[in-house]
Amino acid sequence: MKQNDIKRLSLYLLFAPFALWITLLIVLPHLGMLYISLREKVAPRVYEFGFANYINFFNEPIYWNTLLRTGSMSLLVTVLALLLGFPIAYYIAKIAGHRTRGALFLMCLIPLWVSDLIRAFGWILLLRETGVISSGLQWAGLINAPIEFLYNDATVIVGLVYTVILFMIVPLVSTLDGMDDSMIEAGYNLGGNGPTVLRRIIIPYAMPGIVSGCIVVFMLTAGSYLTPILLGGKNSSWFTEQIYDQFITRYNWESGAAFGFVLLAFTSLVIWIGLKLSGQTLNSTVARS
Amino acid sequence: MQSTTENDLECIEVKKHFGSVRAVDDVSFDIPKGSFFSILGPSGCGKTTLMRMIAGFEQPSSGDIRIKGRSVIGTPPNKRNVKMVFQHLALFPMMNVYENIAYGLRCAGATRDVIRTKVHDVLARISLPDVANREISQLSGGQKQRIAIARCMVLDPDVLLLDEPLGALDLKLREAMKIELKLLQHQFDTTFVYITHDQSEALVMSDNVAIMDKGKFVQIGTPQELYHNPAAAFVAGFVGDTNRWAGRVTRVENGAVEVETEAGLFMRGSVRGAGAPSIGDLVNAFVRPEFIRAEKSGAAAQKIDAGHNVIEGKIDSILFNGANSRVLVRDRAGELIEADVVLTGGTEDLKPKDDVTLSWRAEQTMSFLA
Amino acid sequence: MAIKPNTAFLTAYQFYILAFFVFLAAPLVAAGMFAFNDSLFPSLPWRGFTLDWFFNDTEPKLGMFHDRRLLRGLYYSFVIASFVSLLSVFVGTCNAFLFVRCNFPAKDFFYIMMVLPLVIPGVILGISILLLASNVANSAESAFSLDLRFLRPGIILVVLGQFSFITTITSLVIIARLKKFDESMEEAAYNLGASRVRVLRTITLPFLFPAMAAAGIVAFLVSFENFNTTLFLVGSEAPLTITMYDRMVKVGSTPVLNAVSFFLMVGSAALALVSVLVQRDKPQT
Repeated sequence: MKQNDIKRLSLYLLFAPFALWITLLIVLPHLGMLYISLREKVAPRVYEFGFANYINFFNEPIYWNTLLRTGSMSLLVTVLALLLGFPIAYYIAKIAGHRTRGALFLMCLIPLWVSDLIRAFGWILLLRETGVISSGLQWAGLINAPIEFLYNDATVIVGLVYTVILFMIVPLVSTLDGMDDSMIEAGYNLGGNGPTVLRRIIIPYAMPGIVSGCIVVFMLTAGSYLTPILLGGKNSSWFTEQIYDQFITRYNWESGAAFGFVLLAFTSLVIWIGLKLSGQTLNSTVARS
Repeated sequence: MQSTTENDLECIEVKKHFGSVRAVDDVSFDIPKGSFFSILGPSGCGKTTLMRMIAGFEQPSSGDIRIKGRSVIGTPPNKRNVKMVFQHLALFPMMNVYENIAYGLRCAGATRDVIRTKVHDVLARISLPDVANREISQLSGGQKQRIAIARCMVLDPDVLLLDEPLGALDLKLREAMKIELKLLQHQFDTTFVYITHDQSEALVMSDNVAIMDKGKFVQIGTPQELYHNPAAAFVAGFVGDTNRWAGRVTRVENGAVEVETEAGLFMRGSVRGAGAPSIGDLVNAFVRPEFIRAEKSGAAAQKIDAGHNVIEGKIDSILFNGANSRVLVRDRAGELIEADVVLTGGTEDLKPKDDVTLSWRAEQTMSFLA
Repeated sequence: MAIKPNTAFLTAYQFYILAFFVFLAAPLVAAGMFAFNDSLFPSLPWRGFTLDWFFNDTEPKLGMFHDRRLLRGLYYSFVIASFVSLLSVFVGTCNAFLFVRCNFPAKDFFYIMMVLPLVIPGVILGISILLLASNVANSAESAFSLDLRFLRPGIILVVLGQFSFITTITSLVIIARLKKFDESMEEAAYNLGASRVRVLRTITLPFLFPAMAAAGIVAFLVSFENFNTTLFLVGSEAPLTITMYDRMVKVGSTPVLNAVSFFLMVGSAALALVSVLVQRDKPQT
């Protein structure tokens, strides 16, 4: 029938750009990376199939220590972002008046459109030895010698939380926004107090938003590069730095590709565990926001 | 080719299957020129599918649809001269009233002057001459309704389809729009095909009503026919309020039966619908509340005609609704029977706990073979 | 408004909100402020207001509008961002129609594939595309002695790399809007005699346009600020973020970087505002 032909044709036409995009820019590059990571250099321009690059990774404690460090710090950042961001999101979605709500939400978004680089630069200007905070404290007479706030783990974590917290707040606001106020009121009406209503009603309702925010935040943190390097300095030991090092400094693409895959596998594993623990799926969380 | 038929729309053995589901099953009907035709049925009965086939959004699995005598199978919806008012009206929010009405004319390639004349003409006919430059969001519910109709009528359709357009309105406005739609149909003198699950909409407005159930037309007739002479138990139960008993035939005599209900009441009734019942057959009996007279038992010693059914009971509750007040009477078998009553506010009015005698003419018990 | 907590708690809560926004604003204010400090270093003490870091044309206080390399970076960023946003809005619109209107086998799987690029670390996206492009280019060169220049690091690879994950963002934005579209609107237009193309042009696309514009702006801004993916794919035509990073690492922080930051922040804020305004619907009913 004629209408069915048109339908099929438009399906093909619409599917083509999608297929090209996903195949050429996502699937093939990753397969290629997998392939490269699985070949060993036995002599110049001579390669063999093998797991040497991965074995190399596990034999060198500095590599997997960096990965574990990146992973655990990313988890910490995710938890901090959730704890700090949830009250903000709740305030915007449920407590603020109609007008302030929009304004606050916009204010939350504005830093989102400022480059990572500028944000890190701003932190450097604030926190370094000659920075605003150090000079301010000296001027106030609280300290008598300049203090270097940069180049330690705490700073890196603050910087990362700053960079990613917006990605936590936005999905939380949109989930909480969809929650009917009367649900909370019913919770109180049926005899709940603040903490029980939070634990039994609000948090379960916001779960898709929470999980979605956590996934995005964790991924962004583990894959971030600029913030740890600029704020953590030489000894930030972030895993993406190792990857960059293998690629650009050592020009060892095989090992770099293997590292890339290790990072991908590691982060996917963490997210998979997170989804299993929270009983959500990728479709019900990230895809919704 | 000039068709000789006087019918604006004919459906001939139209069927539509979705997989194994028969959404529309062998429906045939024709609608004479300039009449108001309703298709009434519960949700999921296939009426929307039928309408979408007439408009061309769905293709029938088999059968033929003819508009002004000409088959439109294979004609795409934008080439059919059948216009449709959608359930939620589907007015275009990015255009103002003028642009909405002009849309179809533009598609047909009318000139600017023709469009302006026609749009203002149709706006005058729906008595909204001054809204041309309003945005859709500035209109009231009833105005939107009329604009949606005007948008179709400006194209001079052979048939106008209306898909439950009153569903979204509040009760008061809905009542007013019923009358208005009927007047508009008279004024435009175009065939309206109106789909609804609301029986009062169908009964008030239509010249003819088709009752649809499970993909089939159960009965087509004027509102009065459907109400007083339902052809099937489904119609009797669906159109109008009614008391209903399931029972068994205990006696048959020329066109009348005596039925014993499951609870053990006996009543006489007329045989309706297809088939002649014989003793022992299962039947459904229907009596409309307005045919049942309820009187205080003491006073009821006065004459009750021999042809009447009589049941004694006690008033359970009174449903006061002005002129449409009703009593719920519990009979000896423990069932509730509804009967319409007149409540004047005086001391003679029926009160709860009163003993009452219910009576109605035997032929008003409509019995259908189960 | 939900149940009102008691006042002391509410005050503390509001104080926390305030502190949070101070935290959000602090580095941005610091980055912007020193663009106007009449000093060779972006640090206190304040030596008076100046616009030199924007407009001065001589060393050592070379303003950003006279700094050739920064201007070139700005230009490349602009070109890249324009291509990325056009391309990703186009593909995002196709995706929206594909996932909202069409039915095909394994749709859920493909939907997850569509969302996936958003959660792949940018560094990995950059590397994998670099590897594939280089390998293809190398093979082409050794097998057919073809020099496929566009597969070497450069503007085209940067555009492709950013496009690979920004398309997910634009798709999600446009899908959300298309899902809200009442399909009977299209049927109504079709019923009034419009052709399919006309329905698309006069009904569907005008409805979708705010989302497409907003998605385009978002894509433009994300592209403009992207660093991680770009870093691996960049050739000699470095966009602004890369140029700034180079400057920061090699020369150290100078107020001209503050000037660029200020310029970018104002530009982004303006664009973000536009995107909010175009997405704001006319009040319905």
